Amino acid sequence: MKKLSHVYMWVVFALLYAPILVLVLFSFNRAGSLNHFSGFSLYWYRELFRDATALTALRNSLVLAVSSSLIATVIGTLAALGIDRTRSKFLKGSLTSVTNIPMMNPDIVTGVSMMLLFVAAASVPFLPVRFGFTTMLIAHTTFNLPYIILSVLPRFRQMDKHLREAALDLGCTPAKTFFKVELPAILPGIVSGLMIGFTLSLDDFVISHFVSSPDFQTLPLYVYNQTAHEIKYSMYALCALMVFAILALLLAVNFAGAKGEKKQKNGGAA
Amino acid sequence: MNKRSFLERFAAVPHTVWAVLFILAPLLFVVYFAFTDTYGNFTFDNITMLSSYTHIFVLSICFALIATAICLIIGYPLAYIISQLSPRRQKLLVVFLMLPMWISLLIRTYSLMAILDNGGLLNSLLVSLGLDKIKIVGTSGAVILGMVYDFLPYMVLPIYTSMSKLDKRYYEAAADLGCNSLKTLFRVTLPLSLPGVISGITMVFVPSISTFYISQKLGGGSFDLIGDTIERQFKNVSTYNIGAAISLVMMILILISVAVMNRFSDEDEGGMIV
Amino acid sequence: MEKNKLIELKGICKEFDGEQILKSIDLDIHDKEFVTLLGPSGCGKTTTLRIISGFVSPDSGDVIFDGKKINDVPPYKRLVNTVFQKYALFPHLNVYENIAFGLRVKKIPDAEIRTRVKEMLALVNLRGFERKNVNVLSGGQQQRVAIARALINEPKVLLLDEPLGALDLKLRKDMQNELKNIQAKTGITFIYVTHDQEEALSMSDTVVVMADGKIQQIGTPTDIYNEPINAFVADFIGESNILDGVMISDYKAKFAGHTFECLDKGFAPMEKVDIVVRPEDVDVVAPEKGMLQGVVTGVTFKGVHWEIIVDIQGFKWMIQTTDYSAPDTTIGLYIEPDAIHVMKKSEYSNMFGDYSSFSDEFDELSDVESVEDEEEAKEE
Repeated sequence: MKKLSHVYMWVVFALLYAPILVLVLFSFNRAGSLNHFSGFSLYWYRELFRDATALTALRNSLVLAVSSSLIATVIGTLAALGIDRTRSKFLKGSLTSVTNIPMMNPDIVTGVSMMLLFVAAASVPFLPVRFGFTTMLIAHTTFNLPYIILSVLPRFRQMDKHLREAALDLGCTPAKTFFKVELPAILPGIVSGLMIGFTLSLDDFVISHFVSSPDFQTLPLYVYNQTAHEIKYSMYALCALMVFAILALLLAVNFAGAKGEKKQKNGGAA
Repeated sequence: MNKRSFLERFAAVPHTVWAVLFILAPLLFVVYFAFTDTYGNFTFDNITMLSSYTHIFVLSICFALIATAICLIIGYPLAYIISQLSPRRQKLLVVFLMLPMWISLLIRTYSLMAILDNGGLLNSLLVSLGLDKIKIVGTSGAVILGMVYDFLPYMVLPIYTSMSKLDKRYYEAAADLGCNSLKTLFRVTLPLSLPGVISGITMVFVPSISTFYISQKLGGGSFDLIGDTIERQFKNVSTYNIGAAISLVMMILILISVAVMNRFSDEDEGGMIV
Repeated sequence: MEKNKLIELKGICKEFDGEQILKSIDLDIHDKEFVTLLGPSGCGKTTTLRIISGFVSPDSGDVIFDGKKINDVPPYKRLVNTVFQKYALFPHLNVYENIAFGLRVKKIPDAEIRTRVKEMLALVNLRGFERKNVNVLSGGQQQRVAIARALINEPKVLLLDEPLGALDLKLRKDMQNELKNIQAKTGITFIYVTHDQEEALSMSDTVVVMADGKIQQIGTPTDIYNEPINAFVADFIGESNILDGVMISDYKAKFAGHTFECLDKGFAPMEKVDIVVRPEDVDVVAPEKGMLQGVVTGVTFKGVHWEIIVDIQGFKWMIQTTDYSAPDTTIGLYIEPDAIHVMKKSEYSNMFGDYSSFSDEFDELSDVESVEDEEEAKEE
């Protein structure tokens, strides 16, 4: 029974990873075909890096992901603080429900709704709304917000409320208390929220699809356009690169997490 | 603490403004567009016209339900198996499970297509073995397979999380009271992991029913799902209104079913504590 | 204790969710005094403490500190510091930085901080713990850090909110002595909140017994124990047999069907009163020699003494004696005049039955933690 269950598990994992492995493997195939492997080559990678549009898309993606996740983190952390301290249950409830809408809604509805908002706003005279970076930034910040609030709010809840009082008791003003005591306590939540926001933004295709413009393309949009008609093998290279980047990021986070834990454990001896 | 500081009092204001402007207002525009014509006049035409899209709704719901069911059937045992491993291996496998979630859906769908396509890896393998090619891309099976493949981790992870949170003493208590491992699974693990199942179902069903990339790629253009339909309407200004109407109906359908599911799981949790 | 008044509470009232937690509290606290607020959970003692520290502002009444009204002074400007119930040490700072926290906020130069932290660590017996992570310290060590962190600011008053509640019994006893020593060494006024009557009696100069949002009695530990003002105090502090009685005249009280000599006077003739007889003040004698006779219904060995439950006309007395009496035997009881304490009738009369069962008391003990949290939760 135990053996069988392990076999089952590894089969599911193998199937889950097979397409990704195939993609990575064939990105090194000079032949540009899935029918035969003509030898290891970085040809498609060179091809990719010759593609100026791809590089611009990469830069756009990074700029967008950094800025939207940062903005969302600031607004979201403040919001989590505000929600945590709100006494009215009704206010608390309605604020969190509204916040969660982009998370519950299918991406396509969120994308469409934002698109309609921007279309309507663009028709207002004197309101300089153009589809592109600004609309993308607003959209990405919006769908990042619930995730940030969701990862920071529990930190406020878990925090020993006497910590605040202890700081006030020892002479900190409320503002100082926030920065000296509360912020360090919720920092892990903020960091993980920031990371989630960054990757969500980097990864988003559906919402971007509706609020972007041809002159502001992100990587997923570029992939979408490239894969619209026929298979391009430089896309294999791009996808493989993205897989490597995510793998590196995930490993780094795990490694950093493990190291952080260790550091805390050894804190006394250090 | 009686008095809240200035910071505490107004910290949520920027977010509130943001939420009103960019969460609520856009939804109001969906409603507005759904109930107006191209000239901004009030009309029910968009809603009544939806009846001609019934088959699309039905097809999408069927596909999404089947994909969700398959994910549950594959994912539940997997989550259970992982939760029974040693903590270190659990951690490792969770990372393995999350890795595909971090890889863009486009890439994963695309790579799946690269394998299943007519000239893809699978068929060239079959040919080299002297067998006939099989047409996979373009069939309904391929679309459902794509959904299952893309969203399986979203089913496994919440179920696993709810299982791993279970107090190990429940298992010991069940064993003590005469349950073998199978009976424990059905009498203890299953009911207690129900909240995870519910959230897994939502996390698979919602993206499945609204997808358009999967059906475009793996359906080979022969299947029109709600997502495809909505996406098409928004390519042209003249069909924004009907697109908004379809979106509105889909959103309401999904929000209702999510709310019902959550209520269901909440009640169950409450019952379990008592 | 005729020193200058440091803190005065005048007519303090506080309500949470429509529930009156404090009903007009008047309390003077003097310089260098060790004051304990003692009472069962929900009696308002923690709220009183939080009003002094500034985390709760009273609905009415004045908080006066050194002659000045401080109702509206925020906690961070008050010259008091608190040792919190579960210590509330900052998890992101080590022992040194936790203790230095208050001085850092005041921008004291590093060199001075260093010497003062060192002094504090010496005071609380934690030399060499500077760089330790507070999360790996034992409960007792965390406790000491919390005390040092508060004391380093040289507060006029140190507030301690059930500081020993989370420690085991042995450690509690040690820390009680240590706290007492620290108070003697520093000469700082301590206001100590506890529900543990033994702790209150052994540590305090003054005990303030609270119940139902009111102060029941203020006095030295011996006063409180020997001269409880009403049935509540008598029952809460130590063990006691509380009986209905009548003052026949001065120095003559009638209860349990017998008229006793006593030392109390000043009651109206035939006034109904509550009588307290402590279990250790009753002598067991032969039935014919006793003022009262009863049947032993239970005997429990307590180490130093036996605890005997005796049924006298249907009322179960508790008696602590070094002599064993077998169950179901009839014994006589002898009570000296000075062992009888007469109290006026109060709202608490008849609330405390005899020793038919102990279960209530145990329930209350196990509930303490949760009810206490509830009290604080209401303030949010």
